[in-house]
Amino acid sequence: MNVMDTDVKDGVDRETVEAVKGLSGTYKHGWSTDIEMDFAPKGLNEDIVRLISEKNEEPEWMLEWRLDAYRRWVKMTEPDWSMVKYPPVEYNEQFYYARPKSMEVKPKSLDEVDPKLLETYKKLGIPLKEQLILAGVEGAEDVDENRKVAVDAVFDSVSVGTTFQAELKKAGVIFCSISDAIRDHPELVKKYLGSVVPASDNFFATLNSAVFSDGSFVYIPPGVRCPMELSTYFRINAENTGQFERTLIIADKESYVSYLEGCTAPMRDTVQLHAAVVELVLLDDAEIKYSTVQNWYPGDENGKGGIYNFVTKRADCRGDRSKVMWTQVETGSAVTWKYPSCILRGDDSQGEFYSIAIANNYQQADTGTKMVHLGKRTKSRIVSKGISAGKAQNTYRGLVSMHPKAKNSRNYTQCDSLLIGSECGAHTVPYIEVRNNSSRVEHEATTSKVDDDQMFYCRSRGMDEEEAVALVVNGFCKEVLQALPMEFAMEAQQLVAISLEGSVG
Amino acid sequence: MALPQAKLDATEARLAGLTLPEGGKWASDARTQALARVRAMGLPSRRDEYWKYTRPDTLTAPETPEAAVFETDESPVFDGIDSVKLYFVDGVFDADASDDPALAGVEIERLSVVSGTDIHWAKDIFGVLEAKGQDPVARPLAALNTAFATDGLVIRATGKAERPVALIYRHADTASDAILHHCIRVESGASLTVLETGPVAARFNGVTEVDIADKGTFNHVRAQGRDHELRTATHMFARLGEESAFKSFTLTMNGVLTRNECVIELTSDNAIAHVAGAAVGDGDFHHDDTVFITHDSLHCESRQVFKKVLRNGATGVFQGKILVKEGAQKTDGYQISQALLLDDDSQFLAKPELEIYADDVACSHGSTTGAIDETALFYLRSRGVPRADAEDLLVLSFLAEAIAEIDSEAIADDLLTRLQAWLARRR
Repeated sequence: MNVMDTDVKDGVDRETVEAVKGLSGTYKHGWSTDIEMDFAPKGLNEDIVRLISEKNEEPEWMLEWRLDAYRRWVKMTEPDWSMVKYPPVEYNEQFYYARPKSMEVKPKSLDEVDPKLLETYKKLGIPLKEQLILAGVEGAEDVDENRKVAVDAVFDSVSVGTTFQAELKKAGVIFCSISDAIRDHPELVKKYLGSVVPASDNFFATLNSAVFSDGSFVYIPPGVRCPMELSTYFRINAENTGQFERTLIIADKESYVSYLEGCTAPMRDTVQLHAAVVELVLLDDAEIKYSTVQNWYPGDENGKGGIYNFVTKRADCRGDRSKVMWTQVETGSAVTWKYPSCILRGDDSQGEFYSIAIANNYQQADTGTKMVHLGKRTKSRIVSKGISAGKAQNTYRGLVSMHPKAKNSRNYTQCDSLLIGSECGAHTVPYIEVRNNSSRVEHEATTSKVDDDQMFYCRSRGMDEEEAVALVVNGFCKEVLQALPMEFAMEAQQLVAISLEGSVG
Repeated sequence: MALPQAKLDATEARLAGLTLPEGGKWASDARTQALARVRAMGLPSRRDEYWKYTRPDTLTAPETPEAAVFETDESPVFDGIDSVKLYFVDGVFDADASDDPALAGVEIERLSVVSGTDIHWAKDIFGVLEAKGQDPVARPLAALNTAFATDGLVIRATGKAERPVALIYRHADTASDAILHHCIRVESGASLTVLETGPVAARFNGVTEVDIADKGTFNHVRAQGRDHELRTATHMFARLGEESAFKSFTLTMNGVLTRNECVIELTSDNAIAHVAGAAVGDGDFHHDDTVFITHDSLHCESRQVFKKVLRNGATGVFQGKILVKEGAQKTDGYQISQALLLDDDSQFLAKPELEIYADDVACSHGSTTGAIDETALFYLRSRGVPRADAEDLLVLSFLAEAIAEIDSEAIADDLLTRLQAWLARRR
């Protein structure tokens, strides 16, 4: 932190620096819940995989699927191409399954859930009550009926509860934990699970396929516009426990859903592992908005502890005219390794990726996206904003690939990095592969302090320096913040705290 | 980490056909160390990330793939430029054909002669810049070159050179396999221009090491290609002193496989490095520009401008990186890579990278790929310009930004004429 205190560069507003500093200095969700837990034995082997499957009361085919993944995983090596450095993860020193004792018999409704768990989520600002919308918004009680958000709350390895299930059912929407879906909707799960991110995809995805314990499942039937926003809140609580959630969202023809994801973890000295897989399937004319505010514990200011976040997220736009939008605000985690991607298979399908990644202290983020254009007239847009401070390293890594058959497609990529302090790093590693000539691909990237031209423009319009900086820095993230649903935008703005509005004028 | 067996085998297979040249102790030491580097790194293979977009197998194979000698009555590039002309035939210096290398302010010697001496200033450059350029990315073909190159020039400029030094290459044997290594030293306040032109050999591995002292200026313009079946891998390593300037431009026309690597280290303040290239390819053409610029001092400027025009299934590759080390404040780094695809079969693959560890810098890169702008084409045609002419005009205007990087107007005009002729032949 001393770097930030002493080394405020000209042109970077102190308030901005303070705001970024505040992010890690005061990690708000660092407390833990004292609750009796059931752990699977430490370590990873076939028996653990069997145990997880058994705890989730899974059918035989699911167990086989997991075992197959596990057998692949033991033969794989951890990837080392990303620009993150961390001591080797001791995969056998982790717990792969942790469940609050009170969840042994699954509660039939939210009323039966252990009050301690409900209290945990209340404290996180996620009340598991159906009359309230996602918190973090002031005066939640006065908000009108239409702003409901259904929540699936995942605590360590299990889903604690899912709200508004009945109301969603009326609309035909299935929103439940993935373990429920495996039991209740095996035909859908069998058809789509692993169809976007196969069990053999990569080291972390394969690990997840073997040991995922819970996560969310969403199915939106044809023609349905999901009547409320869906949300999953992930909480890691137990020590030395990895969280491996699996999310599968299927948007059938002409359907629409907006899905939010949030995550936090207590402050601990030891690192914890999080390896999630998210699969989105979009059929003709379907649309999914997937927004993430990732606020896992980032470790302390000396880089001790924190979550290692290795996530595989991919959307498969199978249908024509389907559209997917990834928005992410990455502020937490000691190490982030995450590339939400779009396979634009259907003709005229669209993929968008908006990202703000903030790394402070010793955080390392290697994140970006892949846009694979297969269908004709497919469009993609990438806007990535990276902010590095302290001794952090922030990397944008992306792929834009135009296949020979993806005629008349279009990509626009913009990645900007802002450096605050002289000991941090900002990197850009884009791969651009264009294999037909009717498509246009544009890539731009900049790395800078606050832009002098923009400053000059603002100053020439009569703003004083501080106002100008406030405006410019605010603008730096705005494109991404605007892409978030309202509830998340509020939380994200608080998190980013770089929105300096109010100090202007 | 141990190398994969296949890589070890391929490396040893290539090394088996080569013998280390004899020489003085310093040169022999440099060669032995380079050979050890090759063995430690292994020759490049398809699976290497740095060779993701370019297949290195024909560059590393024990046998030389043949290339027909292309007969032409066209005058060689830079023929009209007043210069000291030095000829190489299949990678061997041809003293009889060459001008007297006694150009004011420039010492020119042959590597084969120099490397036999007990002591020479080239000791501080030969294999030294190449070895330094192996980190953080391995460039085994360059180490192979240091180990086995027998010929090449050792050039030292102590003042402002009056005329450019032109290296003119001739390809005579369809199975020639040339390894050339040049060392260039530009002394404090001196300046030198080196021109390179002509097809070197069926397969060519070239390394040029350039050491520029404080306030020195080095200009390099190269016209590559001509013969269609050539396979070329070149490396240029440059180290820049305070307030020095390095400028290099390469025009590539034809060649089944070309990979030009440029590795520049800005280790002293206020230095400038510009690297640019224009490539035009038709059909069986694979062209790869790989640039790595390291900023390790204050107030330095680097600029990369690369343009490619591709047709009939040609492939263009650009891998460019700007690395700004911690403390390299006030760095100005710019990089642009653009491709014009004239048909649906051609492709452009790019990896423009930034790696930045200093905050007070302005670095940017851009990369675009697309077809000829139909609106511009329509405009020209509506003004009565025939379609073929209009297309050529638009291609030339697309390449103009890269050609503008050449300081000398006469040289730029010469290259532009060649480009026009190349386009005209493809009507």
